[in-house]
Amino acid sequence: MKLTRIHETPQAAVGDAKGESSGIDRRTFLRYSGLAAGGTALATALSPTMVRKAEAATAAGKVEVKRTVCSHCSVGCGIYAEVNNGVWIGQEPAFDHPFNNGAHCAKGASVREFGMGERRLKYPMKLVGGKWQRVSWDEAINEIGDKMLQVRESSGPDSVYWLGSAKHSNEQAYLFRKFAALWGSNNVDHQARICHSTTVAGVANTWGYGAMTNSFNDIHNSKAVILIGSNPAEAHPVAMQHILQAKERNNAAIIVVDPRFSRTAARGTEYVRIRPGTDVAFIHGLLWHIFENGWEDKQFIQQRVYGLDDIRKEVKQWTPDEVENVVGVTGAQMERVARTLAENRPGTIVWCMGGTQHTTGNNNTRAYCILQLALGNMGVSGGGANIFRGHDNVQGATDMCVLSHSLPGYYGLSEGAWKHWSRVWDLDYEWVKARFDQGSYTGMGEKAVSPMNTPGFPVSRWIDGVLEDKANLAQKDNLKVMVFWGHAPNSQTRGTEMKTAMEKLDTLVVIDPYPTVTAVMHDRTDGVYLLPASSQFETYGSVTASNRSLQWRSKVIEPMFESLPDQTIMYKFAKKLGYADELCKNIQVNNDEPLIEDITREYNSGMWTIGYTGQSPERLKAHQQNWGTFNNTTLLAEGGPANGEYYGLPWPCWGNAEMGHPGTPLLYDTSKPVARGGLNFRARFGVERDGVNLLAEGSFPPGNELKDGHPEFTADMLKKLGWWDDLTDAEKQAAEGRNWKTDLSGGIQRVAIKHGCAPFGNAKARTVVWTFPDPVPLHREPLYTPRRDLVAKYPTYDDVKQHYRLPVLYKSIQEKDFSKEYPLILTSGRLVEYQGGGDETRSNPWLAELQQEMFAEIHPVDANNAGLRDGSTMWVESPEGARIEVKALITRRVAPGVVFLPFHFGGKFQGKDLRSKYPEGAAPFVLGEAANTAMTYGYDSVTQMQESKVSLCRIKAA
Amino acid sequence: MARMKFLCDTDRCIECEACTVACKNEHEVPWGINRRRVVTINDGQEGERSVSVACMHCSDAPCIAVCPVDCIYQAADGIVLHDKDICIGCGYCFFACPFGAPQFPSESSFGSRGKMDKCTFCAGGPEENHSNEEHKKYGTNRIAEGKLPLCAEMCSTKALLAGDANQVADIYRQRVVWRGSNTGAWGWDLAYGRAQRERPQADAAETRK
Repeated sequence: MKLTRIHETPQAAVGDAKGESSGIDRRTFLRYSGLAAGGTALATALSPTMVRKAEAATAAGKVEVKRTVCSHCSVGCGIYAEVNNGVWIGQEPAFDHPFNNGAHCAKGASVREFGMGERRLKYPMKLVGGKWQRVSWDEAINEIGDKMLQVRESSGPDSVYWLGSAKHSNEQAYLFRKFAALWGSNNVDHQARICHSTTVAGVANTWGYGAMTNSFNDIHNSKAVILIGSNPAEAHPVAMQHILQAKERNNAAIIVVDPRFSRTAARGTEYVRIRPGTDVAFIHGLLWHIFENGWEDKQFIQQRVYGLDDIRKEVKQWTPDEVENVVGVTGAQMERVARTLAENRPGTIVWCMGGTQHTTGNNNTRAYCILQLALGNMGVSGGGANIFRGHDNVQGATDMCVLSHSLPGYYGLSEGAWKHWSRVWDLDYEWVKARFDQGSYTGMGEKAVSPMNTPGFPVSRWIDGVLEDKANLAQKDNLKVMVFWGHAPNSQTRGTEMKTAMEKLDTLVVIDPYPTVTAVMHDRTDGVYLLPASSQFETYGSVTASNRSLQWRSKVIEPMFESLPDQTIMYKFAKKLGYADELCKNIQVNNDEPLIEDITREYNSGMWTIGYTGQSPERLKAHQQNWGTFNNTTLLAEGGPANGEYYGLPWPCWGNAEMGHPGTPLLYDTSKPVARGGLNFRARFGVERDGVNLLAEGSFPPGNELKDGHPEFTADMLKKLGWWDDLTDAEKQAAEGRNWKTDLSGGIQRVAIKHGCAPFGNAKARTVVWTFPDPVPLHREPLYTPRRDLVAKYPTYDDVKQHYRLPVLYKSIQEKDFSKEYPLILTSGRLVEYQGGGDETRSNPWLAELQQEMFAEIHPVDANNAGLRDGSTMWVESPEGARIEVKALITRRVAPGVVFLPFHFGGKFQGKDLRSKYPEGAAPFVLGEAANTAMTYGYDSVTQMQESKVSLCRIKAA
Repeated sequence: MARMKFLCDTDRCIECEACTVACKNEHEVPWGINRRRVVTINDGQEGERSVSVACMHCSDAPCIAVCPVDCIYQAADGIVLHDKDICIGCGYCFFACPFGAPQFPSESSFGSRGKMDKCTFCAGGPEENHSNEEHKKYGTNRIAEGKLPLCAEMCSTKALLAGDANQVADIYRQRVVWRGSNTGAWGWDLAYGRAQRERPQADAAETRK
């Protein structure tokens, strides 16, 4: 018997073409009806959401399609979400989306699971006598608020820590920073501190802005791509679509520099294995060949680069022999890589956590910039520093400065900055000031400082804010209340000390869609609250992708269970804490929910420094509705309603929305007028230094009427140039005595651009950052180094008495030799299935099934020495006394002497399974030891970035 | 009539598992069943390559030939489907399949997919299109909606292609032209490199003489 069945010939095109997948309304069947048919017995086994689905299935309705954006990484992939009767029933590829062309990685392909949410945190809960108890929202906010107000009274506002999130939308991130400011503390931070803080500091101090300069799409134009400490095949898989296009169509060299032979390396054209923590030495080694052979771009350097002669002096000592000794790469390979980069221009450099998470992270990021400057690869299509950010909105949350050292837009914490924002908020500066602790504190530093104007504790070191002797802190008291608002604790190092810190706090609050490891890693029995936040699919707003494009994300479904969107939770807390009216003075509030569009408009009116001013909600929504009109390589809309604009109005989008600036697709690109997205390096560091001109020489975007370098624009400068009368009367009034950053009318920016000039001036990039501990980037051995023979020649820094309100140890750690007892290098990284601390993704069965065990990658030599077989259980022990129990994965991916740990696991602590401590039904499917439990002390000298890429360890069979 | 095929471009596959998860998402395939998975060889070493594998919808499918109850059939567009009402779950198709495509789930909480389960090319099964019965047993029927398999539609690097074999071939040929060669293609060495592989031995034999 042969069965036959004829079905219709498919209409859709194959996925490579940009065919619109049509016919959603033809979906006449109801997807989950199978569940309803299961009967009562089965229904009891279903989670409430599944029951909701079953109900949705019985009510026929039209399928709505919502345009949203993946909430995992910063590539910013578009998604069509199909919703029927309030239930998210399908996820269709957005073939017309300019970034991803419908493509996803495992994580992006799984986001519909947010709407199924079996393992979500469902209700507000508190820990009472070691048991989780369900409470109401009002009860939770009242109790927590009372505690906070009491701590404010006894210890000051700085004893409450507001830890925000790169998962917040721009609007939520902005409101959160404002919320913390009005609480009266700079003890606020988020993931960017431990992700790309060293990039932002290093890059902004080199050429003006601390962000990815080009875009994923622009890599189509690259003739060479060098990736260092970056593994996009796992961390940013859709970026590989663009990188592989360059490889295929331009025959571009793909050079992967990494201690691990990563999946990206396997798809590259050249793999360079370096010893962890030797990035500066490696880059200097390349520059040695470039300078030796005269491969640098001399004209570019003469016109647009400052201080390269100082670099040449340092580079001279990085001879091929020295590089081979320190980095472990042969002179022949170094020469080949340098030659490849020199002969294939434009080339781009990509870096990620492998470069940033070091005690010398700021040196690394500046060294990468210097390589690109020497090659003349900046400000050109196909070139640039393509710094791939991590979380979906870590760029936006950074720009909104959910950071302990700045107000939104990188205005800093000076009096001027506070006055600027007080004007934007329409609040009296003196009132804002009075919210802060009025004392000033020396801690271990020399100068007494006021908490309003000093950076708060960085997230990397909140535990020291709890544990450090009060006398050594530059604030009134230790931290007493910790609020984890969308942050996994297992992404921070020194896990055993963190457990102690959590136990020492008065109150611990988690606000998150998931309980997270924070709920379970301590042995507290009381004083812990878990408040369910909605995911980004249950609210709406804008999100900034790594390439600086702002994308509007629509709400897909209503908040699940009793969860609330973050903006609503912020408002409720502000109400309880007594400043809701000030928080939302210019923002409409509906049923305790601040209106998202009003928040966008408020930051539009204040973020002049980085051009977050032209991206009105209306313009962003228009871009969202017209994804298909933007070019897949240039991101330029060719025709259609957004004609002439770049997708997502990548910042800086100068002036106000009415000015219609198209956004800046490539930073510092002098081939286009500023009005059409061109730019030059920023004049941020003065006009001259030691008699040397810092302004650009003979290099400027077309149409620049000054035809040379120039300083940043002020009202006075407009008057001197005779351009003052180009301002309207209203603009004149607002601009008087102001500059391009503080003129709230945007008139100064408008007039500068009208005359073809970048509002922020036109200067050289500086390769010597005289304000940093190492003005010229230097190689320094890691604190925990196996190369004791190099410590004398390349020592770390001296201990620092006070930085970010805390003492910082360097030399006193490095002095001690741990390499005999702990002979192996410990490093960490990502897996494609999971994101960050992994609480969301390990709770998603489609992803969790693919990666069920925490493991350590070890080389066969080390495995044999330790008597380990593939899959056997082993201990990884690190010098500060922590130990984690993991499975052995024996592979040549790592070099002998290097142990690699993925960092997404949690829920198991030094051998102990913590599953029973989660609220019922809310534990992730997969638990495992957190890599960072074993990761040790070490902080960047500029930003307090944690060192999570080099430590030492020993391994033994369990 | 179209002839449906999958092709995984191994120069592009990065083992990101989007295809595996897209399949799970679209059909709500339970834990433990993988209609599609990514296989990697030389993992962590030079020559590492990944390929996404599911039912290949063979033109002359060995599973059809061996099935003792004749539950497997081929639709006119080449898609190989089966009838779970007839399937006895013997696993003979698993013996015959060159790709390990057939899956044999234990009873899940869904209770309905106990028999052999495999990739349907998102084309459902013998029941009426979009019926509850079809969805319960085989998952979504995208083909009947004019849509192609979601695994390929969502592939991060467009490595996995699915659709009419002629269209798939056109796309792949275009890439071959861009690349200037297709030496990275799966099985290329095996099919065309034999002479090269054997020559060193022949040369060695010459030297011995």
